[in-house]
Amino acid sequence: MPIHSLKDRKMPISSIATPIEGEGGRTGTWRTERPVLDPTKCATVKQNKLVCLLCWLYCPEANISRTIPPKIDYVYCKGCGACAEECPSKAITMEEEGNFED
Amino acid sequence: MGRKLVLNGNHAAAHACKDARVQVIAAYPITPQSPLTELLSQFVEHGDLKAKYICVESEHSAITVCIAASSTGARTFTATSANGLLLMHEQLHWAAGARLPIVLACVNRAVAAPWNVWNDQQDSISQRDTGWIQIYCEDNQEIYDRIIQAYKIAEQLYIPVMVCFDGYILSHTLMPVETIDQDSIDEFLPPYKPHITLDPENPCVLNLVTFPWIRQDHPDIEKLGGYPELRYQLQQTLLSSFEVIEQVDREFGEKFGRDYGLYIEYQCADADYILMAMGSIASEATVAVDLLREEGYKIGMLSLKLFRPFPAEILAAYADRAPASTYIIIERGLSYGYEGAVCTEFKAALFTHQIQKNVHNYLIGIGGRDFDVYQIIEATKQSINAIDNGQTYKEMEWINVQK
Repeated sequence: MPIHSLKDRKMPISSIATPIEGEGGRTGTWRTERPVLDPTKCATVKQNKLVCLLCWLYCPEANISRTIPPKIDYVYCKGCGACAEECPSKAITMEEEGNFED
Repeated sequence: MGRKLVLNGNHAAAHACKDARVQVIAAYPITPQSPLTELLSQFVEHGDLKAKYICVESEHSAITVCIAASSTGARTFTATSANGLLLMHEQLHWAAGARLPIVLACVNRAVAAPWNVWNDQQDSISQRDTGWIQIYCEDNQEIYDRIIQAYKIAEQLYIPVMVCFDGYILSHTLMPVETIDQDSIDEFLPPYKPHITLDPENPCVLNLVTFPWIRQDHPDIEKLGGYPELRYQLQQTLLSSFEVIEQVDREFGEKFGRDYGLYIEYQCADADYILMAMGSIASEATVAVDLLREEGYKIGMLSLKLFRPFPAEILAAYADRAPASTYIIIERGLSYGYEGAVCTEFKAALFTHQIQKNVHNYLIGIGGRDFDVYQIIEATKQSINAIDNGQTYKEMEWINVQK
């Protein structure tokens, strides 16, 4: 939206807001590589229990759910690769973002 | 009832904080500021000041605590010197950007390296671009008065204020100081009304990521600005703050009989040459003026009180009005690679307003190097001789330095 179209809005002197999901914007667009979880290798899935979950623990953006299987939120995942690095089962691999259509 | 006390500059500042009913104090001791915070902690310990005194491990944390406390709506204070102020630098920008009316006493001291604990103004001059208001005091009474004023200015404009005074020369020198009775101060300085408040009952995010564009996809859209918009308002408020700063000073003068203005002039009405300085050096310069006048020189002195916002238009109008052809600026802070900071600002003000004056610049007494009126006289005579010989422009000179 062009800045001049907001000319009637009174600007505050500092920013304050209620916390919302995605406050920093849809950071998934920053990603160049996408973490992809292979459930057949994931310890949580194999044991059908809330075990391991190092991906959930290490994700700096809290974008991986504490569920079976753990789910990665691609709307906000920046593609840092911490989950793939930490996964002891090598269940998460980083794949070129260009290979995906969405 | 107000009292007449004999106080050093540090203690004058501490009394002002107590009388301003500061609610949160966080400071880290550093020479020559330490006695200020020691007395404040004593006030809190003895129950003379109902404030929270938060001990921290560094100056960076001290100012950060003030930022957090101010964000909850508390009246906050910190004090520091030299490298301590430099360690605060990042958060000084934050305090101004977040529009928090923190008051900071800067007890001016030289900056290392080499290590030096004595006085000059390099520390606060180096914080010029942080968006803080900077006021420079000439004596201990002014320190007390200006800190009270600083809260009123800061809380009206939502801009933090740095009250600067020279280390040792003021901080450790005893002078009579008249304090003001609590009722009168309470009347002058009402409780702080915050523009934002952090409250655990109503969680919110302050100074969140602000995109290059103005965000349209947030439910609190009316409470969010764009980065340039918020910064524009900081600048505009600073540029229009002279009126508030002068108004607060005038009201203070009417109530308590002491006001200071944005500058003080001494013997300038018929002066051909005007000495200009900031802080305690200006008092010394008045003695130089008296001695030079005895020798027949038409000379005056201008003590500049406000460095940021810089009163460019006001000073240019003054220079246009006053008969003096030459300004001799004596400084204790240097923009390395150029010249004294006040000199640059003053020349720019004259140029902007198309006023032609001779402006000479001398650096005196940095790192606590002792200076006396005779060195100021020496500098003045150098300038007068130069002008008599047709040399209207000259580079900044160092006085009393082995070259």
